[in-house]
Amino acid sequence: MWRSATVRTSLGFVVLAIACVFVADFEISAHAPWAELGRLFLGLVQPDFEAVDYLGEAIVRTLAFAFVGVGLGAAAGLLLALVFRHLVVRTSCAFVRAIHELFWALIFLQFFGLHPLTGVLAIAIPYAGIFAKVYAEILDESDPSPSKVIPHGTGLVSALAYTRFSQAWPHLVTYTAYRLECGLRSSAVLGFVGMPTLGFYLESSFAQGQYATVGALLLLFYALIATLRLWARPRLLPFYLLAAPFLLGDGLPIRWQNVSRFFTEDIVPEPLRQGEGLAGLVPWLGDLLANEALPGIWNTLVLTQIALVATGLLTLALYPLVSHHFTGRHFTGRVRGALGHGVLVVMRSTPEYLLAFILLQLWGPSMLPAVVALAIHNGGIIGHLIGRRSNEVSLRPDAPRGIERYAFELTPRLYGPFLAFLFYRWEIIMRETAILGILGIATLGFYVDSAIQEIRFDRAMVLIVITALLNIGVDILARRLRNRLRLRHTAQSEP
Amino acid sequence: MLGRLSLVLSVALPLLLATSIAGASPFVFTAIPDEDETRLQQRFQKVADYLADELEVEVRFVPVKSYAAAVTAFRNDQVQLAWFGGLSGVQARQRVPGSQAIAQGVEDPDYKSYVIAHRDSGLTPVEGDSAPEALRGLTFSFGSKSSTSGRLMPEYFLRNDFGAAPEEIFERVGFSGNHSRTISLVASGAYQAGVVSYKAWENEVAAGNVDTDAVQVVWETPPYPDYQWTIRGDVDARFGDGFSERVQQALLDMDDPALLESFPRSGFIPVDNDDYEIIHQVGQQLDILD
Repeated sequence: MWRSATVRTSLGFVVLAIACVFVADFEISAHAPWAELGRLFLGLVQPDFEAVDYLGEAIVRTLAFAFVGVGLGAAAGLLLALVFRHLVVRTSCAFVRAIHELFWALIFLQFFGLHPLTGVLAIAIPYAGIFAKVYAEILDESDPSPSKVIPHGTGLVSALAYTRFSQAWPHLVTYTAYRLECGLRSSAVLGFVGMPTLGFYLESSFAQGQYATVGALLLLFYALIATLRLWARPRLLPFYLLAAPFLLGDGLPIRWQNVSRFFTEDIVPEPLRQGEGLAGLVPWLGDLLANEALPGIWNTLVLTQIALVATGLLTLALYPLVSHHFTGRHFTGRVRGALGHGVLVVMRSTPEYLLAFILLQLWGPSMLPAVVALAIHNGGIIGHLIGRRSNEVSLRPDAPRGIERYAFELTPRLYGPFLAFLFYRWEIIMRETAILGILGIATLGFYVDSAIQEIRFDRAMVLIVITALLNIGVDILARRLRNRLRLRHTAQSEP
Repeated sequence: MLGRLSLVLSVALPLLLATSIAGASPFVFTAIPDEDETRLQQRFQKVADYLADELEVEVRFVPVKSYAAAVTAFRNDQVQLAWFGGLSGVQARQRVPGSQAIAQGVEDPDYKSYVIAHRDSGLTPVEGDSAPEALRGLTFSFGSKSSTSGRLMPEYFLRNDFGAAPEEIFERVGFSGNHSRTISLVASGAYQAGVVSYKAWENEVAAGNVDTDAVQVVWETPPYPDYQWTIRGDVDARFGDGFSERVQQALLDMDDPALLESFPRSGFIPVDNDDYEIIHQVGQQLDILD
C-alpha cells in the first residue's frame, strides 16, 4: 500500500501540514470565546427581524449585484470559451480569475469609488475568467460527430447551436446555476468593503455586538440560498436580469479623469513617478519583496497547506452524513440524510470570509479562525460532492457495516474523486487565504490592505500581481498532481 | 438563452450608467469611520440637515467602510467635504492640491489617546509623559491602520519611549479597524491592551457600552493636533464663489448642543493646513506618508 503514489502524496501533504502547524500561530486569545459564541447562537435562534429596517434593501442589492455580475461574467465567459484555445485568452483568463473578487473591488473602488459599477465588475471580471475555462471544458467534452454531418455553408452560430451547444446545454445550465449561488456569496461579501449588500450591514451589526440583527441577516442569507432552486427558474431569469441593473442603487457619480489618473499615476511605482528610473526601482522593489511580499507569501503558503489538509480531513469525516450507505434508505434514514444535508448546506453557504470574520471576533487574532473557516466552507462543498458520489456506489448485500464499511469499502473507492476535488479547490483555498489577510491575519491580503490604507496603490498592485502568480503556480501544480495520480476531474462535477 | 441574456445586458448596462451619471450633483460629504456606524449615521445625518439649511444646497452624507475609502472618495471628488483625522486629512490634502483644512474642534489642537488595558493584564494607571514599561510583552491592538489617535501618534510615542518598533515591544500587534472595536476587543480579553482616541473612550463610557470592571485607562499620551473638516479647493467653481467660506462659516457657527454633542466637541474653530505639519512629519518618519 505504501508504494501507491496516491498514498505517498496524501501522506506528504499531511506531514507538510503538521510541520506547518508548528510554525503557525494558533492561539485562542479571547478570554471568553465560548460565551461570545453562545451570544451569537442566541442571536441565531432569536433573530430580530424588526431591528433592521434596511433588510429589504440589503437583500435586493445583494441579488442585483449577483445577477448583473454573474450575468455579465457568463456572457463574456461564453464568448471567450469559443476562442479559449488561444494562449493569450487562456493566460489572461487564468490571470483575472487568480485575483479575488474583493481585490478587484478594492482596485475599482480607487477610481469608480462607491459606484455600482465597482461591485458589478468585481464579480463579472473574475467570473468571466472562470466561466471561460469551464464552458470551454464542457464544450470540448461534447461529442464532435454531429459537426461532421451538418450541411456545408451552415453559419458558425447555427453550427455551434445545433452541435456543441445543444449537447452541452444541460451542463452549461447546471454550472451557471452553481456560479449564481457563488455570485450571491460574493455579492454579500462585497458589502465588507462598502457595497450596499448584506455584508455591509452584517459587518456593522457585528462590530456593535447586535447579535439578534446578525442572526436575522444570516438566516435571510441562508434562506435566499436554500430556496435558490425555487425562485431562480430559467423562465424567470431574463426578467431578473433585466430588472437587476436598475436595482443596484445609484452610488456616487463616476469621474473619468480618476480612471486615467489611476492607470497613469497611482499604480506607477513611486521611484519611476519621481523620475529616479531603474536605479530607484530596484531598491524599492527589493524592499517591498523582503518586508511585505516574502512574509506574506510564507504565511499564505503555511495557512493554505494547513487549511487544505483540514478541509480534506473534515470532508472524510462528513461525507457519511449524506451517504445513504450510512444513513440508511428507510424513513428514519431519509430524515437523517436530510439533516446531514442541511448541515452541509449551511456549511457551504457561509462564505469563508464571513465565517473567518465571525470566528476572529470570537477567538481573537491568529491563524486558527482562518483555518476553521476555510475547512468548514470547503469541507461542506467537497463533503456534499463525495457523499453524492458514494450514493452511486452499489455494495454487495453482505458488505460490512459501520466503521468497516467506511474504512474498507467506501472510502478507498471514493478516495480518487476525493483527491481530485481537493486539488481542484487548492487554488480556491489559496485565493481565499490571501484575501483573509484583510481581516488581519498576516497573509498577502494584509499587506495589500495596508498599502491601500496608506494610499500606495503602486505597492498594492505589485502585491496583488504576486498573489495572482502564486495562485496560478498552485493551479499548475495541482493539475500536474492530478495528471500524475491519474485523477479525472472536470468542471461538471462541481455541485 | 445566453444570447438573449447578453442582449438584455447590453441594453440595460449603458442605461444604468447613463442614469447614474446624469443629474445635478449634490454637495456630498463623508467622515472617517472611527466609531460605530449607527452613531456616525445619526451624527452626520443631523449635520447634513444643518448644512443643507445653512448653505441652501442639497447636502448628502455618505458612510464609508475605511479611513482609506474616505480619503479616496475625497480625492476622486465623489465627496467634497470630509471630517478627517489628523493623518487622513494630511493624506487627503497631499493628494488634492488646493484643498484646505477649514475647521477643527475646540478640543482638537490638544487631542490625546488613552492606552487601555484589561484588568487581568495587571497594569495599573500611571501618570507622566512616557509610556508604562509594563506594556512590554503584552498583546496590543491599535485602531485603524490610518488612525491618528488609534495608531500614528501612539506608535510614535511608543517608539520614542521604548526605542523599538511595536512588533518588538509587544507579543502581538493588531489593527482592530476602529476605536469601538478596540475597546470591545480589550474588554473581551482578545487583546490585553490597546489604544483609543480619548473622545471615543469617553463617548463609549457615557453610552454605557464599556464594562469598566474589565477594562480601564492606564496611560494618557502627550497632546497632538487631530480631527478637522477639510474641503476641496474646486468647490467654489462648482457651487459658486465663496462657497468654501460659507461652509467654513456654517461649521464655525454650529452651536446647537444636540449637533456638537454627538461629535463630541464643544464647538468648532478655524484651522489651516500648516497646523498639521507635525502629523505630516511623524507620518513620514513612520513611513506611512510619502
